[in-house]
Amino acid sequence: MTTHDLVILGSGPAGMAAAATAVTHGIKPVVVDEQPAPGGQIYRSIESTPVKERRILGEDYWQGKALIDGLGDPRIDYRPGTTLWQLTRRLEVGLLRGEQASMIRARHVILAHGAMERPFPIPGWTLPGVMTAGSGQILLKSAGLAPSAPVVLAGCGPLLLLLAVQYLRAGIPIAALLDTTSTGHYRDALRLLPGALRSAGTLFKGVGLLAELRRAGVRHVRHVTALEAQGDERLERIRWQCGDGAEWHYLSTPLLLLHQGVVPNTQVTRALDCTHDWDERQLAWHPRTDPWLATDVEGVAVAGDAGGIVGAKASAIQGRLAGLGAAMALGRAGEEQTRKEVKRLRRDLARETAIRPFLDVLYRPAAHWRLPEDDTLVCRCEEVTAGELRRMADQGCRGPNQTKSFTRCGMGPCQGRMCGLTVSELLADANGQSVAETGYYRLRPPFKPITLGQLATAAEDASR
Amino acid sequence: MFKRLPLPDTSAQKSVMVYFDGQQVTARDGDTIAAALLAAGVEACRTTPVSGAPRGPYCMMGVCFECLVEVDGVPNVQGCQILVKDGMQIRSQHGARRLG
Repeated sequence: MTTHDLVILGSGPAGMAAAATAVTHGIKPVVVDEQPAPGGQIYRSIESTPVKERRILGEDYWQGKALIDGLGDPRIDYRPGTTLWQLTRRLEVGLLRGEQASMIRARHVILAHGAMERPFPIPGWTLPGVMTAGSGQILLKSAGLAPSAPVVLAGCGPLLLLLAVQYLRAGIPIAALLDTTSTGHYRDALRLLPGALRSAGTLFKGVGLLAELRRAGVRHVRHVTALEAQGDERLERIRWQCGDGAEWHYLSTPLLLLHQGVVPNTQVTRALDCTHDWDERQLAWHPRTDPWLATDVEGVAVAGDAGGIVGAKASAIQGRLAGLGAAMALGRAGEEQTRKEVKRLRRDLARETAIRPFLDVLYRPAAHWRLPEDDTLVCRCEEVTAGELRRMADQGCRGPNQTKSFTRCGMGPCQGRMCGLTVSELLADANGQSVAETGYYRLRPPFKPITLGQLATAAEDASR
Repeated sequence: MFKRLPLPDTSAQKSVMVYFDGQQVTARDGDTIAAALLAAGVEACRTTPVSGAPRGPYCMMGVCFECLVEVDGVPNVQGCQILVKDGMQIRSQHGARRLG
């Protein structure tokens, strides 16, 4: 097994920045990414996107070019199209590229695998034709694909607004933007506005997006309190309720894109058994980290949205901090030498993240968007409903690992990625206990499907 | 559900021929399997092992596993993570994946 000083998982802003920083301290990092090209989701396909007209995707997207150019440094061993299927506490890293599996050993690991969209369990969310806003944006960036008929966007959060504007700029009609932001949250968020003004640039961009939508005359339905996707075999229509009204509004559409924020993808940090804390403001689990972003597993740090949602720019700053942390842990840099840079990075980080409390409060999904009604599927893979989970709670299940044994909830191909948050919150609610007490799935490798044949190639690789 | 934007670049892009359940599908070089299927008007690429319900790509970033297809005889492949290649044989996956 070959040993590498530093293995970085993910080539989004955090991973790319970490690699660039490590290189300046004489480290030759391995950067592993499942995607075929660098950039993560935020800067996805910058080098190959067919959407070349810069104003469509916006300048924030094209800013990623500098980080991607940095990844071209010959001292960085960048491995695209490579899946991580195993990471042990001894820092053995299991990789799969095509049919070839391998194991390498790391002295230090930076997990920069980013976020995923928060589950949005509504009736009918498994119908073909119901996707996420993130998926819409990925299709736009990577393949120049856009909705072929007027599309409905529903939910809340910056990404939803950004996608709406990107579609408008590309000439794609929007049938409706159904806004689930809670009425009271505007007031609550207003109190946090003075703090948010420290990241004024981000704030003004958000205001600009809303203005662009208004100018375009997009049907922006506010205070949506209920939403259902309907159809036989595929999405045909949606219906929703607004405010306190009991009246259902209907709209025919072949495509509904859902979004209610992003949350850290904790699959790997969970499997490593890092300590996680429930963050009540972000309504998500965060791996516990120290000021150097190190977890409580020796040699493992987490940078970027994988450790708690901070956004692309702050993720890159965290990547640099984690890169410096790695250099120090590996004895390539001293505290004295890095002090000035660290001070600057921490100041930049504080500025970039100043807007987070405001965004977290404003776009906090209301309880009924996170705790669905009994008939709604929670586990898409094993088709377990909220009602079944509540019945299990009545029968004494206190946590997700018990309901997993009873119902297979979380045991399908996605390994609980799509239901985990909902299940923890739902069981906490049903049992009248905290989410922290309720806990999360125990996760185990392989993190991604790997056939026995592919696994065998790792042994052949090791014996060579 | 989806169409190619009429962009100058798209027409100049090399095209790739793949097969979905035996039918020829023209894709753009650089497309993932899931993107190519959506562009070709395929809505569902599998049915679930539990109820047999149709499913199509959902997250497009490797998280949801809804876009599982069989590729050149290998089942349970995440269509959103693998790029199309000329002549690729893609099959929809019905129920649980086939073993062996």
